Amino acid sequence: MTIDLKTASVKPLRRTFDHLAEKLGPDKNPTRYQEATWGLQPATNFHYRPTWDPTRELYDRERTAIVMDDFDDLVDPRQYYYGTWTIQRGKQQDSQEKNFDLVEKHGLLNGLDTNWKQRILALLIPLRHVAWGANTNNSFIAAYGYGAPVTSACTMHMMDHLGVAQYITRIGLLLGNNDPEILDIAKEAWMNEPQWQGLRELVELTMVTDDWCELFVVQNFLLDSYVHDLVFERFQAAAIEQGGVTILPMLTEFINEWRRESSRWVDAVLKRAAAESTENTAQLNVWIETWHPRVRDAMRPVAELAFPTQAARELAALGEAVSTRSAKLGLHGEAL
Amino acid sequence: MAKARKLGLKERYALLTRGLDWETTYQPMDKVFPYDTYEGIKIVDWDKWEDPFRLTMDAYWKYQSEKERKLYAILDAFQQNNGHLNISDARYMSAVKIWLQGITPLEYAAHRGFAHAGRSFRGAGARVACQMQSIDELRHAQTQLHAFSHYNKYFSGMHNFAHMRDRAWYLSIPKSFFEDAMSAGPFEFVTSISFAFEYVLTNLLFMPFVSGAAFNGDMATTTFGFSAQSDESRHMTLGLEVVKFMLEQHEDNVPIVQAWLDKWFWRGYRLLGLVGTMMDYMLPKKVMSWKEAWEMYWEENGIALFNDLARYGIRLPKHHEVATKEKGRLTHELWATLYQYGNALGLHTWVPEDEELDWFSEKYGEQFDTMYKPRLLYFRELEEKGERFYNNRLPMVCQVCQIPIFYTEPDDPQSQCVRIVESKDTKHHCCSDGCADIFNREPEKYVQALIPPQQVYRGEADGARDIFEYAKYLHLESGVDTGEYRNSPDHKNWQAWHAATPDNSDEAA
Ligand SMILES: [Fe+2]
Ligand SMILES: [Fe+2]
Ligand SMILES: [Zn+2]
Repeated sequence: MTIDLKTASVKPLRRTFDHLAEKLGPDKNPTRYQEATWGLQPATNFHYRPTWDPTRELYDRERTAIVMDDFDDLVDPRQYYYGTWTIQRGKQQDSQEKNFDLVEKHGLLNGLDTNWKQRILALLIPLRHVAWGANTNNSFIAAYGYGAPVTSACTMHMMDHLGVAQYITRIGLLLGNNDPEILDIAKEAWMNEPQWQGLRELVELTMVTDDWCELFVVQNFLLDSYVHDLVFERFQAAAIEQGGVTILPMLTEFINEWRRESSRWVDAVLKRAAAESTENTAQLNVWIETWHPRVRDAMRPVAELAFPTQAARELAALGEAVSTRSAKLGLHGEAL
Repeated sequence: MAKARKLGLKERYALLTRGLDWETTYQPMDKVFPYDTYEGIKIVDWDKWEDPFRLTMDAYWKYQSEKERKLYAILDAFQQNNGHLNISDARYMSAVKIWLQGITPLEYAAHRGFAHAGRSFRGAGARVACQMQSIDELRHAQTQLHAFSHYNKYFSGMHNFAHMRDRAWYLSIPKSFFEDAMSAGPFEFVTSISFAFEYVLTNLLFMPFVSGAAFNGDMATTTFGFSAQSDESRHMTLGLEVVKFMLEQHEDNVPIVQAWLDKWFWRGYRLLGLVGTMMDYMLPKKVMSWKEAWEMYWEENGIALFNDLARYGIRLPKHHEVATKEKGRLTHELWATLYQYGNALGLHTWVPEDEELDWFSEKYGEQFDTMYKPRLLYFRELEEKGERFYNNRLPMVCQVCQIPIFYTEPDDPQSQCVRIVESKDTKHHCCSDGCADIFNREPEKYVQALIPPQQVYRGEADGARDIFEYAKYLHLESGVDTGEYRNSPDHKNWQAWHAATPDNSDEAA
């Protein structure tokens, strides 16, 4: 059967689903992002209390101190639903793969200064464990958070962090001639070397933090900022400038693009949550006040590893960047 | 510089993923992973976990983005070309409605449930496998919404699915099923969903819906269905892996796993009664009968699978023989029920056409001709007299599976099967020995169940006093979203659209 479109007077009966029409108001069509996220999480009539947490409902607004009239307002400015997310990541991995191929094919790492190579390895490889912690923490938010917009974006962020952990590992293997031992050495450092213990202790503390919005602030805002800005921006710039490691941006292209894009989302979520009420703003400020100094202290030895002679200056710059960002979101974000 | 050593695929995956986790020392592991011991499952060595798919994220993104590009290209074309006009008949939309109302929410629930499992296990390999499934299931929920979004513009019963999902009595069947799994511990969750549902019973869900869609010209459902198939094969592998892993880790795990398999076989089977009814009654063009599907996918494949597990000390799930005894009646009993309670359903019901009755006779034989056909003909007779039969009070439903208590005794398809269970001096009703067993194993869980007909009597459905007020509470427009198909707006629109399409002649195929 074929349909002649000109003669078929087939008029739609409605524009969209009721819950979307209600949220959008009349005359507006939902985007595919809105269609795929708003109202997706069940909201009421839960049959059984979780055996793993009988004090709560299966989906429970009270797993965080942040109060929203509608958690569906915590939207993602990237408008990621699974399709747009995976297509974007598919492109980015393709481009990154080409970079790795080029580097390997032309032996672009051959002339690398041994001293700088060691410095990069020492700083970079243990970060795969930090990324793994971020994966764990985002899976926590994906599981116990409230509202499909923020939990679905955290699910993507969880997988992104796993991807980042794997990319860090690949960069390490590339620099280390595919010798698995460099991973063991880095894990040993992560577990036992003094300069990593503050950070590991902090990461483990985040893994037992049970307010999911608090965890969002600590992991996706503070910790991600410090780690990323220190290593992939400031240290990378120094490696290019002082060590002539001009190849580094090719290796970290995926990570850097992902970082630029995902921090836009993190900011939007915090900004919207803060804008909801003065109580939310105050609560977010308390979390930042509590955790920012902890993150800074934990990162101090890592900054010393990256910048042996000017760690204090670098650390101050990282703190400043976070404070500037906080201020833009309507938060004060002082590192007290 | 020494030439880099080439890594094998398995070794590469192991390096990129496996060494990532660590034994925490600043916080006790039991505090970091508080949920993976209370079920009593003993894991001696998490490193024995065999990653079912050695899929690194770059590979995952590469495959999935290719699939997604194709899928959305087809969905776009489907919408632009009024793809809804190509379905076999507007009655088919009842199948799509029940999917959107009842199954798509389960995809979302699976997404969140696997996020929970993906946080809970202290073994890194198991966690990654669950996380990947979590995001796959998000994909399924979202692609289905995008596919069905177009149908919602042209047919009734779908506009209010989010509201009904959390309230409607018959959608409590799928909702309570999945919430039962999600509220269990992570090991039981993965056993129930990945193994019992996706591995053992999946063919009974996938085949009827997706092949049914293909047979009935539903391009949107066919496309996302086939696109999800490669995800599903990963999920099935995870299901088998997790069950074998538990069984191999410690002999004390065997009775726990067996009890879960007993429970989830029966719970899954009861849920599939809805799917079977869909395939027998809601598909204008039939694929195969529920009875045939049961014989092929359970009596042959399912039993063989359980026999493979015998070496671990696992036996066939309890009451499987009851399910087999019911194969000739299940869908006829459930359709008659849906037909009667049509005023509280967000989909249409009807008496099948004569050719369909012949098909039932062929597939179900004497049992159909003597027991179910006369009832359908009686319904038809009433309808022709202008007295279409409705039962305008909500039925009593099973405390466990929430299906109306109307199924019949395993050995006597003429008498109603009711089992009364008791907890703390309160009596509850179950539909079967299978559900009664499930209740009695965890009464403290099942007494919590929200039973929609009881909520109505308690005035918790906006004080609805009859079935029409109840429909209103569900945001259903009576006679538009609900009730009989014949002469419904869906039916009339369908006729008008096709009258307006000159190409729609009988000989055009
Ligand atoms: Fe799925
Ligand atoms: Fe699945
Ligand atoms: Zn039951």
